[in-house]
Amino acid sequence: MTAPESTCPAPRSKVVELYFLEHRAKLIDIASFLDRVDRAPADGPETDFRIEAFHRALAILSDGRAERARRILEALSDHSTEPIDSAAGLKGAFGASPE
Amino acid sequence: MTYIDPHIHMVSRTTDDYQRMAQAGCVAITEPAFWAGFDRSSPQGFYDYFRQLTESEPQRAAQYGISHYTWLAINPKEAEDPGFAREAMSLIPEFLDKPNVLGIGEIGLNKNSRNELEIFEAHLDLAADRGQLILVHTPHLEDKLKGTRLIIDAIRNNSALDRNRILIDHVEEHTARLVLDGGFWAGMTLYPETKCTPQRAADIVETYGTERLWINSAGDWGPSDPLAVPKARLEMRRRGHRPETIARITFDNPRSFLGQCPKFVLDGC
Ligand SMILES: [Zn+2]
Repeated sequence: MTAPESTCPAPRSKVVELYFLEHRAKLIDIASFLDRVDRAPADGPETDFRIEAFHRALAILSDGRAERARRILEALSDHSTEPIDSAAGLKGAFGASPE
Repeated sequence: MTYIDPHIHMVSRTTDDYQRMAQAGCVAITEPAFWAGFDRSSPQGFYDYFRQLTESEPQRAAQYGISHYTWLAINPKEAEDPGFAREAMSLIPEFLDKPNVLGIGEIGLNKNSRNELEIFEAHLDLAADRGQLILVHTPHLEDKLKGTRLIIDAIRNNSALDRNRILIDHVEEHTARLVLDGGFWAGMTLYPETKCTPQRAADIVETYGTERLWINSAGDWGPSDPLAVPKARLEMRRRGHRPETIARITFDNPRSFLGQCPKFVLDGC
């Protein structure tokens, strides 16, 4: 992994100043969402592939390496390579793909 | 402080939106043909839509000093029945010489199915035959990476196409490199929910540079923001990007790509 280019014109202190509170709130949203999933009564299979993918993505968040956004999007992507036989009856996307 | 919104579905927006966009500095928009939110029941429905895009919408935009250009296609969401899609596609050629038609779009994939791919390839052939610019839609969420790869492969298989005349839209952090390294133009789309934000768009510019990259709102009938492009400009300014960099992404780049079609002319800009 190569280091990201330093192309953000704002110095680091200004980036923190501009965005910290907004992303602090988003971080707590994530924690609260996971708490909510745990608290909700189980009504199906033990695990949901979307939550499993979410946890894989959370590990990327804190691994200290560059390009977290790209790598999280990849972790949430369908990695198959062949077109599917039919889209008939399929609704929207799920946001994650079973591993 | 002028800008171009190169992907917005104005038939779904009010006249007030034209006014607000004009006030924010919008001088031109391009409107790709897309899904109406429900499946049209006959090719005649497309005929009327293409007339709206080429006859009535430019007049509505002109009232606010905005130049209106368009792209014609059958959306991938309506490509699962190839017979129907080909029938509707057969209406496109008679509209291609209209003064505001820039090319074929938005074509591409939605769920990455075989039928979608077949109709995508048929549009590529039509564009190649008629020397048209191409605007490509990529799928959303978990389907985007696979769809972008399938799209790039299909374009590579068609030797009649010039990649410099193709823009692949809705790129995100995991597809921008694929598209730009492939020699295509790339579009970033800002959505208020679920997808790319103005902040991430600015991050993508900082990571991948300003070459062959533009920003659009893809405003339509769903949750979307017709002022997304000026919001991205503001975001870049807040971080200290130079005015030339902001202008490059939101005005110069779209003008360069779209200007490959001689019909795209901006008076007084
Ligand atoms: Zn669109």
